Order: sequence, then structure tokens, then C-alpha cells
Amino acid sequence: MTLPAKAAEPNSENLRFFEGAEQGRLVLPRCTTCGFVIWFPREICPECGSQDVDWFEASGSGSIYSCTVTRRTPGSWGKSTPFVLAYVELDEGPRVMTNIVDCDPEQVAIGDRVEAVFEEATDRDGNPGPPLLRFRPVKGQ
Amino acid sequence: MTPRCASTCAAVRQFVHIPASFQYVGIKGKAFIAGVYEHPERHLPDRTLPQIHADVALGALSDAGLSTSDVDAYYSAGDAPGFGVLSMVDYLGLDCHYINDTETGGSSYLVHAQHAATAIAAGHIDVALITLAGKPRTGGAGPGGSGRVGGAPEAPFESQWGMSVPGGYALAAQRHMHEFGTTSEQLAEIKVAASTHAQHNPHAFLQDVVTVEEVLESPMISDPLHRLDCCVITDGGGAMVIVSEAVASQLERHCVPILGTGSFVKSSQSGRIDLTHTGAVRSGPLAFNEAEITPGDIDYVSIYDSFTITVLITLEDLGFCERGAGGRFVADGGLQAPHGKLPFNTDGGGLCNNHPANRGGMTKVIEAVRQLRNEANAAVQVPDCELVLAHGTGGSLATRSASSTMILGRSL
Repeated sequence: MTLPAKAAEPNSENLRFFEGAEQGRLVLPRCTTCGFVIWFPREICPECGSQDVDWFEASGSGSIYSCTVTRRTPGSWGKSTPFVLAYVELDEGPRVMTNIVDCDPEQVAIGDRVEAVFEEATDRDGNPGPPLLRFRPVKGQ
Repeated sequence: MTPRCASTCAAVRQFVHIPASFQYVGIKGKAFIAGVYEHPERHLPDRTLPQIHADVALGALSDAGLSTSDVDAYYSAGDAPGFGVLSMVDYLGLDCHYINDTETGGSSYLVHAQHAATAIAAGHIDVALITLAGKPRTGGAGPGGSGRVGGAPEAPFESQWGMSVPGGYALAAQRHMHEFGTTSEQLAEIKVAASTHAQHNPHAFLQDVVTVEEVLESPMISDPLHRLDCCVITDGGGAMVIVSEAVASQLERHCVPILGTGSFVKSSQSGRIDLTHTGAVRSGPLAFNEAEITPGDIDYVSIYDSFTITVLITLEDLGFCERGAGGRFVADGGLQAPHGKLPFNTDGGGLCNNHPANRGGMTKVIEAVRQLRNEANAAVQVPDCELVLAHGTGGSLATRSASSTMILGRSL
């Protein structure tokens, strides 16, 4: 089932992340002072306070830190139940809120290996926006 | 410095760096809750939001034996309409030289009480009024969030995934179950205890006693949280009046001393969030240290209960049981008044009684004060209740949240 796909509104501080998403690449900020991989994307390091940040391409691989199958919810998402809301722990460290897609929701579990997929998204007016970072189970695990 | 209470100082020092030279002054015994009021209604379609703020303000002032002309400080959060404190001070006709609109969601009112007690201890004010009101049952704002301006820096990375309020707390529950073996039956025990208490509250939104089986058979909202793991949605509100010792000594009403407070914002931890604990791991030790008591001294707790899992994790964080042992702690009626090992939420809490404006912090304090005044419903009044704890949790356990803990005593 296709989930609602509302595009995020990038700003000057997180644009590099969304430019990467347009190209199907997971691009993350990293502190040039202490090396910390920053999530959510921003131009300040929450660990050391430095505003010197560079950006690098991450692997897009990770494992599920927590997940829930939402079965009842109001609004547009209510038409897409059951769906999987999750935190994925990227191999680079950050725990990222997302959906698990291309899966049987009843079979998704904490610890499962997953990989990034970028899904098309549209803005309020129906125009294409930056793709969404979702994850799917790694096949054959 | 020799710690005034070695055990609680040690508990605090696990989490907070306190310089050896630091002399903790605190607000213990400097401020008193003189009046509380919970709106008796749970559905108020024909009353305006300012009217409900006024209903509870006047109710709490009357309870204290005071009037609006006595108030010199006013506190409200994101539920206050319009320009917040400015609109409400004007509407209520107050003369205030101290105002505060700290917004931390459902815990706001405990944070306000802490700030009011601090201002009283500093000698700035004598009578603080704190109000809460909302109409989510009638319609309008949904659970969660605040009226602040848009542009939250996290929004582009969190608002695309269909996270409902229960869905976010479900993520915390799933991880707690994964790490510690907590079960749905154990979570259900929390709702059972709340419903057992609510049957004695004629104002409670839900007054029927439910069983573990009925909780587990209620519709699944977001695994593992069932409908009966979730709090109610009600109109209404509440208020409290906090006064200085000079004012308290002039009042006939039983004024309850504030013995300790602590607040803490648990962030998303630089993107490495641990979903199995809350900011209560910090707010709790701060409050216990200030009150110079330990969790074992507490006779009654009001614990924020947006969901059953909120209670279970908070009890662990506050030190009432070991980390991961919350499931066993709440089982077998452990939370049931009057004789469980730790009676909680004797009004029925947010799970059964009331969750006005989708914010449960105010009613937590109100029921704690009732217990100390021996004014809880008779069947759930804790005998010889001397020391109580009220705790609020605002925001979301799934992202960022603010915990606030307050310890109150029957007397100094």
C-alpha cells in the first residue's frame, strides 16, 4: 500500500539533505570539530556546539530500533492503516523516525536489517517535492 | 559540604554534576498550595475558553479563601487563548507584577508551580494563580502540540510518518517490552487500578471498573497500545493558588507545603534517543534531594498517565522500582488505593477521570493536594497520608519531552 507522502519544506539549513534525497542519496551532516554524525539535519552540533558542519553520503543501511503497527488513526493516515512507524538506527549512529515500507507489517520486528528507499512526495498544491526517506527490509535476511 | 541527605544527594550525583562547594538552598517549605479546583464538567460546548479559565481561577481562589484582588502573579501555558497571559490577566481583571507562560505541554502547570515557589522563596510575590482550560471534547485542537509559531527545526524530519500521539508512545512501549520483557497484561494493570479508583469519583468521565481482559480486548490503536491504554479526551480545566508563608498563616484553609521540585527537558539526545526512559530520571532526584526524602517515604503518587506506558516508565525513572522492573511493580494491584504498595491517581487520572485540554499536569497536583487534606473520595483516601509526589510529562516520549516533579507534605 502506498502511504501518504507529504513533502517536507526544506530551508537553507537542511537543504543539503533534501538535495541528496532528490538524487536518491542519504546525505547527513557531520561536525567538523568533533566528528559527530548529526541528526536531525541542522548546522549546529548538539554534542559540542560547533556550527562548522560538513556533509557526507551515508550507507543507507541500518536496523530497526523500535516499531509499531498503527491500526487506527485520524485523518488521511487513517485510510492507510495498518502501517509501520519506526525508528531506524543507521549504521552511522543516528536513530531516524520513518516508515517501513515494501513489507508485511505483521512481520516487521525490532532488530530487522533495513535499507533506505526514497519515495516520491508532493507539496500542498500537488507539486513534486523532495522525496521521503523511508526504509524497507533487506531481502534474504 | 556534607550532604544534608547522603542517599538522595548520591542519587542526584549519578545524573547531575554538583560542585562540592555547592550549598543547595532550594524552596523547601517556602511556598504553600492554598487552593485547588478541578472543573466538575467534562463536556462544555456552551462555555467559552476564557470562561473556563475564569471558572477554575475563581474556584481555586475561593478554595483558598482569596479573591482575584489578592493575586500578584499569574501563570498559564499554551492553552490560554489569544495573547496568553496578557489576554487572561486582562480578562480576569488581575493586577500582576509577575507573569510566566512557560509551555511544556501537559507538564507546564508543575513547572509553573516550581517557578511560583521559586519567586515566593525569593520574596517577589505572595499569591500566584495558575490556570488550565480546554475544550478538545467539543472540538478544536487535537492532542499534543502547542500554539507556538511554526518552523520547528525537527518538523521536516518527524511530521511525514503518520505518528499519532498513541503511535509515538507505542514506539516507547515496544522498545521497553523488547528490552525488559514488559507485557500488555502489565500495562493493563495500570488502567485497571485507575478504573478501580474512578468508580468512586462521581465526576469521572469513565466510571466503570475494567479488567485486564477488557483492556486487551479493546481495539488496538498502535501496537501494543489498545484504546483502553489511552487517556480520555475531555473539556474542562483546573487551577491552583500558591502562596507565601505570610499569606498561608492568615488563611483558614489547610495549606500544603511544597517540599521539593525538579524539572528536566529530555531532548531527542542528539539523534540517539533512548525510548525506555524519560526526563524523570533527572527531575525526580532533584525533587527528592530538595525535599530531603527518598522514594520509599512517599505515601501516594499522582503520575502523568497519558498512556499506561507513561506511568510504568515514570515509576522506574523516579526510583520507585528498578529500571526495567516497572511491569512487575504495577502487577497484582500494586497501584491500587488505599492498600496497594504505592497508591496512584486516586481520582481515576487521565486514563479514566479527566485530561482537560489534553494536558494532565494540573489534575495530578489537585488530587495530590486532596490526599494530603484527607479530601480524596473516601474509598481511595490513603490513611495517614503525609508525603505525596505529583509528576507531569509534556511533549512526546517518542521525541522530546519535559518532566516535572513536585513533592508535597501534609505539613512542614
